[in-house]
Amino acid sequence: MSDPVPFRPYAAGSQPDYNAPTYGSTALRHPSQPLLRVPHSLTETTGPQHDAARYPKRDMLTQVAGAPRESMGQRIVVEGHVTDEDGRPVPNTMIEIWMANAAGRYHHEGDQHDAPLDEHFDGAGRVFTDANGHYRYVAIKPGAYPWRNHHNAWRPNHIHYSLFGAGFASRLITQMYFEGDPLLALDPIYNSIPDPAARLRMVADLDIGLTEPEWALGYRFNVVLRGRGATPFEEPGEH
Amino acid sequence: MAHATPSQTIGPYWHLLLEPSWADLTRFGATGEVITLEGQITDGAGALVTDACVEIWQTSPPISETFDGFGRSRTDMNGMFHFKTIRPGPTPGLGNAQQAPHLALTILARGITKALMTRVYFEGDDGQDTDPVLNLIEDPKRRATLIAKKTSEGSYRTDICLQGPAETVFLDV
Ligand SMILES: [Fe+2]
Repeated sequence: MSDPVPFRPYAAGSQPDYNAPTYGSTALRHPSQPLLRVPHSLTETTGPQHDAARYPKRDMLTQVAGAPRESMGQRIVVEGHVTDEDGRPVPNTMIEIWMANAAGRYHHEGDQHDAPLDEHFDGAGRVFTDANGHYRYVAIKPGAYPWRNHHNAWRPNHIHYSLFGAGFASRLITQMYFEGDPLLALDPIYNSIPDPAARLRMVADLDIGLTEPEWALGYRFNVVLRGRGATPFEEPGEH
Repeated sequence: MAHATPSQTIGPYWHLLLEPSWADLTRFGATGEVITLEGQITDGAGALVTDACVEIWQTSPPISETFDGFGRSRTDMNGMFHFKTIRPGPTPGLGNAQQAPHLALTILARGITKALMTRVYFEGDDGQDTDPVLNLIEDPKRRATLIAKKTSEGSYRTDICLQGPAETVFLDV
């Protein structure tokens, strides 16, 4: 049996360090030893593939089942494509999303921020890409919220994303930010990515073409997952 | 060529996604030898990590209608995660190598900027002496961090230390 094709190493500066001194929670949660680089066997090159029939989609976050009215907040449509680094669509892959409500509070017992909860919004969604890697959902624009990392720390508006892609090695947890948010410059989590150009890949742009007249603003957010590559395992990488 | 989107922490509120049933990989009717795997996660100060998302992935037994190889568990107030699954068998490595039975395990949490990945092998299994990943770890004490201890027949425990002298070996996958 021939060996599976490995995923390529990440580009230099495109991923955060585990130890990010301005992000306080990393202090006791980052490994102090170097990671052990392992060749990609089937364990790494294959990964969970979710059957949409068993993981039902939830793409209208503005409408909670049983709720008598829509969620409060600025209605948004978010859509984009999931591709790999070679531009190939990642089809039929599950995307999980979660977010704060319009007031900047999560529907979560751990969130004690003194901002109102919206009983008509729980902020959790799930969509699948189609055969072309395209996805879409409807939500509200989540509010900024304080988070105690340092004096007067506020997270920029963001939507959390979880993606799987084709292999265990392509697992990605990220956050989608909004174009033009002045809090981005102040945010240790966003700025934990060394390469400023890489940070911009987490920022969604307002797209008037996706905006639905008289109904919702449209944002485009494309996600790129690791490509499979020709980089031999032994080659000195940027790790 | 485009570059991959950067990773960000999963944060403290990922439980909005949580479906407790996902910790049971037999939930679609898989048959085989059922095992349980549990463990406790601690940080560099020995404090319990009670907000982690732990995921496992296994390629053995083969993926089928009744087994999709994927599980997710939260850590609870005691820093413990719990899975129920089907015991994996040996799997092919690169070339002619054979890998000892193992699971891939991922830890995501507030303060973890990028998925922390490791493997779980099982105490007493054959093939660990020649396993290509275990053999990359020279220090026997560190190597032991990847091997879950058998607590009773069909039950295993692997504690994970994020940082410090007992630090688990994490993989650059
Ligand atoms: Fe958040």
